[in-house]
Amino acid sequence: MSTTLEPVPHRAAAGLLDPKLLLTSLPDAVKKLDPRVMVKNPVMFVVEVGSVVTTVAAIADPSVFAWAITAWLWLTTVFANLAEAVAEGRGKAQADTLRRTKSDATARRLVDWPASSAEEEVAGTALRLGDHVVVEAGQVIPGDGDVVEGIASVDESAITGESAPVIRESGGDRSAVTGGTKVLSDRIVVRIGSEPGKTFIDRMIALVEGAARQKTPNEIALNILLASLTIVFLIAVVTLQPMATYAGAPQPTVVLVALIVALIPTTIGALLSAIGIAGMDRLVQRNVLAMSGRAVEAAGDVNTLLLDKTGTITLGNRQAAEFRPAGGVTVEELADAAQLSSLADETPEGRSIVVLAKTGYGLRARAQGELAHAEWVPFTAQTRMSGVDLPEGDGRQVRKGAAASVANWVTGHGGSVGPEVAQLVDGISAAGGTPLVVADREGERPPRVLGVIHLKDVVKEGMRERFAELRRMGIKTVMITGDNPLTARAIAEEAGVDDFLAEATPEDKMALIKKEQEGGKLVAMTGDGTNDAPALAQADVGVAMNTGTMAAKEAGNMVDLDSNPTKLIEIVEIGKQLLITRGALTTFSIANDVAKYFAIIPAMFAGVYPGLSHLNIMGLHSPTSAITSAIVFNALVIVGLIPLALRGVKYRPSDAGSLLSRNIGVYGLGGLVVPFLGIKLIDLVVQFVPGLS
Amino acid sequence: MPTFLRTHLTALRMLLVMTVILGIAYPLLVTGISQLAFPDRADGSIVKADGKEIGSGLLAQGFDLPKQNPDDPDEQAQPDPKWFQPRPSAGGHDPKSSGASNLGPNSEELLKAVEERRAAVAAFDGVDPASVPPDALTASGSGLDPQISVAYAKQQVQRVAKARGVPAEQLDRLVEKYTDGRSLGFLGQPGVNVLLLNRAVAGLK
Amino acid sequence: MGDTLAGWLQAIALVGALALCYRPLGDYIARLLTTSKHLRAERALYRVVGVDGDADQRWPVYLRSVLAFSALSVLFLYGLIRLQTHLLLSLGVPEMEAHQAWNTAISFTTNTNWQSYSGESAMGHLVQMAGLAVQNFVSAAVGIAVVAALIRGFTRNRTDRVGNFWVDLTRISLRLLLPIAIVFALVLAANGVVQNFHGFHEVTTLTGGQQAVPGGPVASQEVIKLLGTNGGGFYNANSAHPFENPTGFTNLVEVFLLLVIAFSLPRTFGRMVGDHRQGYAIVAVMGLFWVASAALITFFEHQHGGTALQAAGAAMEGKEQRFGIAGSSLFAASTTLTSTGAVNSFHDSYSPFGGGLTIFNMMLGEIAPGGTGSGLYGMLILAVVAVFVAGLMVGRTPEYLGKKLGGREMKFASLYILTTPALVLIGAGTAIALPGERAGMLNSGPHGFSEVLYAFTSAANNNGSAFAGITVNTAWYDTALGLAMVFGRFLPMVFVLALAGSLARQQPVPASAGTLPTHRPLFVGLLSGVVLIVVGLTYFPALALGPIAEGLH
Repeated sequence: MSTTLEPVPHRAAAGLLDPKLLLTSLPDAVKKLDPRVMVKNPVMFVVEVGSVVTTVAAIADPSVFAWAITAWLWLTTVFANLAEAVAEGRGKAQADTLRRTKSDATARRLVDWPASSAEEEVAGTALRLGDHVVVEAGQVIPGDGDVVEGIASVDESAITGESAPVIRESGGDRSAVTGGTKVLSDRIVVRIGSEPGKTFIDRMIALVEGAARQKTPNEIALNILLASLTIVFLIAVVTLQPMATYAGAPQPTVVLVALIVALIPTTIGALLSAIGIAGMDRLVQRNVLAMSGRAVEAAGDVNTLLLDKTGTITLGNRQAAEFRPAGGVTVEELADAAQLSSLADETPEGRSIVVLAKTGYGLRARAQGELAHAEWVPFTAQTRMSGVDLPEGDGRQVRKGAAASVANWVTGHGGSVGPEVAQLVDGISAAGGTPLVVADREGERPPRVLGVIHLKDVVKEGMRERFAELRRMGIKTVMITGDNPLTARAIAEEAGVDDFLAEATPEDKMALIKKEQEGGKLVAMTGDGTNDAPALAQADVGVAMNTGTMAAKEAGNMVDLDSNPTKLIEIVEIGKQLLITRGALTTFSIANDVAKYFAIIPAMFAGVYPGLSHLNIMGLHSPTSAITSAIVFNALVIVGLIPLALRGVKYRPSDAGSLLSRNIGVYGLGGLVVPFLGIKLIDLVVQFVPGLS
Repeated sequence: MPTFLRTHLTALRMLLVMTVILGIAYPLLVTGISQLAFPDRADGSIVKADGKEIGSGLLAQGFDLPKQNPDDPDEQAQPDPKWFQPRPSAGGHDPKSSGASNLGPNSEELLKAVEERRAAVAAFDGVDPASVPPDALTASGSGLDPQISVAYAKQQVQRVAKARGVPAEQLDRLVEKYTDGRSLGFLGQPGVNVLLLNRAVAGLK
Repeated sequence: MGDTLAGWLQAIALVGALALCYRPLGDYIARLLTTSKHLRAERALYRVVGVDGDADQRWPVYLRSVLAFSALSVLFLYGLIRLQTHLLLSLGVPEMEAHQAWNTAISFTTNTNWQSYSGESAMGHLVQMAGLAVQNFVSAAVGIAVVAALIRGFTRNRTDRVGNFWVDLTRISLRLLLPIAIVFALVLAANGVVQNFHGFHEVTTLTGGQQAVPGGPVASQEVIKLLGTNGGGFYNANSAHPFENPTGFTNLVEVFLLLVIAFSLPRTFGRMVGDHRQGYAIVAVMGLFWVASAALITFFEHQHGGTALQAAGAAMEGKEQRFGIAGSSLFAASTTLTSTGAVNSFHDSYSPFGGGLTIFNMMLGEIAPGGTGSGLYGMLILAVVAVFVAGLMVGRTPEYLGKKLGGREMKFASLYILTTPALVLIGAGTAIALPGERAGMLNSGPHGFSEVLYAFTSAANNNGSAFAGITVNTAWYDTALGLAMVFGRFLPMVFVLALAGSLARQQPVPASAGTLPTHRPLFVGLLSGVVLIVVGLTYFPALALGPIAEGLH
């Protein structure tokens, strides 16, 4: 399993916009001028129709001004398409990388598995759901599925970008393999789990290319609002003409179209779909595949996060925290025995005991070779103890293990366990730790208990702060663990999660999700096992681990290729950032109109009503330069904001109130002020263009 | 019965019930109480002089000279110098056509009217045109504004005194007497009720 | 006492009175709209009418009831007006033409009370009280009923029921409007507003001329004209008429009446959604606009811009001496911000910016505080829009009071905010393009255009006041403005009720630290900004050719 958080090298780095991409996307942008494509974006469709109208008007009655406006209106349309093309272009680059890995390998289909092992060669594309194939070292797995026999190491770098091979084996939760990945060792039998053309890679390609992109619910809602604003402004400008005629200043078509385009929310209209594509893209950068944009939006709305304890909140394993000697035993004695019993114990717990003995008590780790005749007793499920038998003196046996097992061993050999040891054990358990009892026996004497090792879960660094941050964002965290409630509570308190579910079964998880959802909350969770599938499906955001089973991946609406459950938090943040970007640019776009009015209205009517020249607070040079400047600004601001749309606005987790005031400050007030400056600056240049001054 | 029709029948019955309660019973109740409790107010605050009804204390009336030719509709009525004059009215102080001039703030017509009134009133009252108060130059909203400003009333004292041959001080006292302060001391503007003032003036001997 | 001090005291007294009523009245209305208990009289009424008072309706049924009731009201009123010459107390008024009768019937049913007729010469007493005044009650009640359904949309979960229109209508009319109307009708009558069944009463004036003193059941109609934010005057001069509004005191009472329900409904809203702070936020936005508008109009009227007003030395044209600048400006701001449309002074003669603000006030969509009920639902729709944009900026898909604002919700909110601007601009644009309709303008230049713009703004927003110089009693204007009133009233109601249905179906999302807080000053500022920008952007070009061009002379 990889825990890489950094984007992998062969993918475009998140957030950066290569200026070259603007140029290479230009042909695509021009292709999108097809009205049948444009009509899906009502705001920009109006701009395109306006461009056509001004073109006709400019041909009929040519002037520098008319052609300048016409040119800039077409540019506005192209710039809008450019935003979308650039966003899609980045996805295409990724899709190409993926596509290269999609080989047309032949598959070795097992004809009547498991009854016989006869096989036949078929094309990978001929495989059907439920077929069985055999894959051996060096071969590419021909399709998605689950390992039903064998164990193998698999190179999944094509999908995850992670070069370290992973283990895939039948049964359990690490059985899923993905078509296009390569078996490095051993032999496995895979049951194909998807129809041809619908494999995981196929879907991934479609997703990053945006081919399968559908407008998300919130995007649809925003589009409705933008469309209605567009209609309002259309009506305002169309009805302006008779009013202007009455005033004695009928306006040329070019000017009216310019006014419409300046007023309708072109900025957000142009960038809206790019924002959505870029949001999905940012997830891909972090090796998360969202099956739908809806899921990304839902991630922003999540109220409750269900987090698996192991791997997310705590480091994967328990570690020795302290040695508590029994009466009459020195702590050094205990440490020494604990170390001895753990020398051959390669589990993380065992290693942590050796480390603690060294760092806490200065006991050098003895190499196994030093104890030439030592006989290591490995841990077994039956004895639930491990240890060592040493030949020194009459022989010495050291054992460590679960309290009950060691106690059995001690009493079984005529020894006794004092009440004080029981107290120590209970104390550690109560604190959420795991007690390991250490005992030894010299010769044939009764064994004695030396003391207890306190193993505890180690909460990852920074998690407490992370959870506090989530709390400020209004998100409740629930820790899911198989531990007993006592242990769970202790860890929950230490990690600072809001709640925990102890001794959790998949059914408990499901019940918890349903309970939260009944209260109207949105729930996100991660899962990998087949028994997680129902809960993943029920959760509003279900992130399946790529190492998990096919069933889990099918049930969730996101897949984390890195299989890193901590990423759930990042996913939530990306969802929020997507929504904030949308809102911020909408606000900016609408606020822009104020300055445009102050540029265009005096330009239109100061001739008949000289008093209206007081509204020309920017001091623009002439009516034609004012209108041109407003239109040029309107077009350039789209290009200027493409990087922001793709990168997303800066997001710092905090409560809603401070987020709102910050964003209103930056994008609301900024949207009011920036165009005044921008239009004035452009006017300073435009006024020197012959024919526009 | 189709739902459509049933809904409309319900609506009709509801409307009729509401009409009986709100359109008949309610105004009858209010009229009954008003006529019992304050009949004078409810009947229009009628003002009498020598037992004869001369108008409503709330409605302006004209104090013009009789027309030279009563049948000539184009003849401008001339103000009678013996009376305090009310504000200009867009409807000739006729309660059958209450209302305002509705001329705009930049209206040429209004500008002309204001300038003509200023000249005429100044000449009529024998004062400096610049000192004529605004309410003498502007038509009221109702056309029936019963009041004038204290300044306009005071401006007219000399002219009325001269025309009637009564001491101006006596008229000053009457003006003061018929000045209505602000309601409750702070609501609205003070003003002089022209009809009540003129009735008192007529009573002077 | 100086005019300035008196003006301030008047405003303070008004704000104080409104603040005193906010809680008790808002809570009272909330109880009316939520209790399951019926009065015995109401049960009897439901039996007569044939409705089940305990059965809640789905939103389409609620809407159908609203529309059926309103359609029949139009027909009934139309018939009454057309037949009035044959009825009691007709005072010998002439028969009204069909287009004007249609316009009037629409006007009163839609809570607009646009009057293309002159009250004293065109309406008999019976039509005034049994036709017009009844609509003054019930059209106001319809507005409150619709907002009640919308609030229920926010408060109810997973249901398709939004309340019972007949019950809402009855309770609001009889338990809310009627008692207040009776009390204040007597207050007004005691201060000189007439209340009788006389016709014109001839008297001989001091100079020996004749004057016809009018009569009529005025106090009873005046009070509901204001309380229900209707605005249709008994007389042509409306609340400038001394018989409708005789003193500075009655003037304040009238302003109070036209504001009190609209300003108390946010409390009702807060109470029903279980969080009074939500009500305070909404009322703060309303109050902000109202205070700013009243202050600005007063300021501009004191400035008396415009050549004619400068020549007169004060903006007293069309204003009454007893109200002065302060009393008139306060009334003007309040009546145009509440969809009332009653006037105690004539906006056509206001200074360019003062008059322009009365147009702008209506363009805000009658939401600050707006008409009875309609003001709150308009404001809540704009809150939905504000929450939608701002909600995104906190990184969640937007939700308001726990209800998600998805495509369906935004569809209805968008259609709502689209409706009135479309009606206003298309109406005004068409009228100004037609030579015959241009001729209706009394004034010329930008002010003439303002008259046309005002007319359609007023009709589509169901205000009913006018830059009254314009001649609108023509078949074209009666028809066009009538259509603007109908669509401006009922299309928004369709969208509001559909939104209510959509919200009621949802399961609410619990609030968390990540939820956009909609009760803080930040939200108040945000909502105000959204209102200002959305309206400002929509109407700026039109305003630039009217009041702004005139004011920046």
